[in-house]
Amino acid sequence: MHEFSLMQSALEMAVDRASQHGAERIERLTMRIGDLSGVVPEALQFAFEVLRDGTCAATAALAIERVPVRCHCSECDASFEPDGLVYVCPRCGAASGDIRSGREMELAWIEVT
Amino acid sequence: MSDLDAMRAPEAGDRSAPRRVEVNEAILRRNQSSADENRQIFRERGWLAVNVLSSPGSGKTELLCRTSERLLQRGIHPAVVVGDLATDNDARRLQAAGAPVVQIVTGTLCHLDADMVRRAVESLPAAPVDVLLIENVGNLVCPSAYDLGEAGRAVLLSVTEGEDKPRKYPTMFKSATLVVITKVDLASPAGFDRDAAYSAIRGVAPQAAVLETSARTGAGIDAWIDALLALRQ
Repeated sequence: MHEFSLMQSALEMAVDRASQHGAERIERLTMRIGDLSGVVPEALQFAFEVLRDGTCAATAALAIERVPVRCHCSECDASFEPDGLVYVCPRCGAASGDIRSGREMELAWIEVT
Repeated sequence: MSDLDAMRAPEAGDRSAPRRVEVNEAILRRNQSSADENRQIFRERGWLAVNVLSSPGSGKTELLCRTSERLLQRGIHPAVVVGDLATDNDARRLQAAGAPVVQIVTGTLCHLDADMVRRAVESLPAAPVDVLLIENVGNLVCPSAYDLGEAGRAVLLSVTEGEDKPRKYPTMFKSATLVVITKVDLASPAGFDRDAAYSAIRGVAPQAAVLETSARTGAGIDAWIDALLALRQ
């Protein structure tokens, strides 16, 4: 995945939001990254350390919250967290392609001063 | 969480304590809103848009050449947008199949995004279009994250690739509406294990219909076109 361009967008979003709130510095960014997003958290962290220089987030930390995959089973009308890549309902054994979370790539919040 | 809670509740008058500002925005929100606009435009024009994805060399261009020819024979008008890092070789092959084609040369970019598709669509020659085939950059990773405004996604897997590819690229295969096994005329010389491939596809992508095609012999092309046209709901 192109973690650099994703991080660049996240950083721009953070810097815009910080300036809207009259902040001088960003102390921390928290991102939500789904387990099925294809994004590698370590690569995002590396990109962040390169890209933050020269911005108001130059001394900021990046926190990444992983979002587990959750599927919906239409047979049981219930959601479940699959184990592994084959998404099978633990109650009834039906395969599910109805993925309700796990694809997230979001900037959740920033902490500013 | 305890240090975050402490940050969230600064002492009154303590101006140096960090404040928390909620954002809750998708990093790709700009692409998502462009994709939603594309979807609206395609709907208004009555176009069926399909995003065609695979590794490099899985047979996207050849399949789309045969698809264009067969659609034209059925009196249905195709148009093709094709993305590549470099060259317009694919566009020339597709043009020869009779469809209006716009090539997007992405340079070093590994995927198409919704804005690129919009610009390409606006530069198509003025002609009737029923089906817009979008041939993405050959890549099973990055394009999966970019909605282009399509009605469905066809992900290709050729018999000369590993049968376990769906397990290696689950994010892509789990986003597929259709999975197309291509180059089936080579199945036997390539030692293709059909059962293993179906087990990988059905395990990772139970939501997808599975088809088999050979662009060279024409096998399965009609069924593929029927599945494609059925995406128009």
